[in-house]
Amino acid sequence: MSAETIEKTIEKKPAEALFSKRRKKLVSDPLVDDNPITIQVLGICSALAVTTQMKPTLVMAISVIFVVVMSNLTISLMRNTIPSRVRIIVQLAVVATLVTLVSEVLKAFAYDMYKELSVFVGLIITNCIVMGRLEAFALGNKPYDSILDGFGSALGYSWIILAVAFFRELWGSGAVFGIPVFEYVSSLFGPDFKLATNGLMVSPVGAFIILGLIIWVQRTKTGYVEH
Amino acid sequence: MQQSNTYIITFSVILTVVLGLLLSGTSQVLGPMQKEAIALDQKKQILGAVISGDEIAAMTPDEVNAYYGSHIASTVVDVNGKEIAGATAEGVDVAKNYKKPVEERQFPVYIFHEEGNVSSVKSYIFPLYGAGLWDAIWGYLALDTDMNTVGGITLAHAGETPGLGARITEPGVQARFTGKEIFNESGELVAIQMQKGEGKDYSSNPHQVDGMSGATITGNGVNNMLKNYLGYYQAYIESKKSSTAVAAL
Repeated sequence: MSAETIEKTIEKKPAEALFSKRRKKLVSDPLVDDNPITIQVLGICSALAVTTQMKPTLVMAISVIFVVVMSNLTISLMRNTIPSRVRIIVQLAVVATLVTLVSEVLKAFAYDMYKELSVFVGLIITNCIVMGRLEAFALGNKPYDSILDGFGSALGYSWIILAVAFFRELWGSGAVFGIPVFEYVSSLFGPDFKLATNGLMVSPVGAFIILGLIIWVQRTKTGYVEH
Repeated sequence: MQQSNTYIITFSVILTVVLGLLLSGTSQVLGPMQKEAIALDQKKQILGAVISGDEIAAMTPDEVNAYYGSHIASTVVDVNGKEIAGATAEGVDVAKNYKKPVEERQFPVYIFHEEGNVSSVKSYIFPLYGAGLWDAIWGYLALDTDMNTVGGITLAHAGETPGLGARITEPGVQARFTGKEIFNESGELVAIQMQKGEGKDYSSNPHQVDGMSGATITGNGVNNMLKNYLGYYQAYIESKKSSTAVAAL
């Protein structure tokens, strides 16, 4: 094996393309085939809590993308200096700092969102996706790859919570991004016609049901089986 | 790679200092903006008791400040309804006062009046503060000049359950209070009670409003908060009531 590696280094590989096949896979894998929520079943807590409406969900998704990408980058840059015995606490400190930054920025520039998301921004710290990517990827890979990996995972998380939020807001409140879709559709069918909303969708139970259905559909399509 | 203890400790110290500096720096830079955002939010909440949320949402921060400046006067009273000289209502932290004994507390009153004309009062707005299920809840209650009919209410919370207790922030829930009365026919303060369960019609009862399904404890928190704070303001309310009654004669 050592002979092989030496041979490879001597051969002097051309620099890997910015978006090589392997790197594209880093981003695309977590979107479907290895989705953090539907396949790995991580980050469920916040997926249930913040998804009653699209708008806060979008802010949450952006926050998570920021935290995962930046923490992956930071840890990857420091990976050769982090003492292995305290690596978890170092990761935690970095993630907690980033999350606090997000929370402070929201408080200053989007106070309404800050109020609405309240504890859930802080709880990004406990989102298993963040620490999971740091442990599994950023500690052993170069910064650019780590950014891609973090971006892919966070995006995989984001599109699922946005999908859940879409159905919950539409069904529960009859709206999408606060635009009263049900009201408009009902008015098309005359004054007596009214599309009913379902209160169940607003409660966390609704998120479980939607999430369960998404996982079911997705696993049927990808043929994924728990082993 | 096995590092020495010295290395680990040095690394941790450096990391802590760097992250600490980063955080305190951010807090220093963003602090004034956050204070502004909080002050603006308070004004929006106060105005929310007398004008609709959609109207406020359509205003820019500057418009909110201007509207607030030309429509809201304020005073601070004690539990006996006496004005406290030298205190500004906006400077009173209701949450901090909540921890003091009632006699020592300062109670701000916001007076909603015609644009630029302080003497033509439209309603009185009273801050509220109390405990929900998980954390603090607070709000602002507007009383019409008869000092009995609720003109509107805004409610907010720190950590109620989303979809359940957190629904007190919804306009639909807050609208249930509008038009209700806080005094009964014999003039006793009975406040307003949010009932258990949801979907019943309470339009015939001036002191009861429909509850929030699955959030009875938050509802009870709102009830206690209303009863407590209307009690604290009762002396002031009665004094205004008698003065308007005299004015009507």
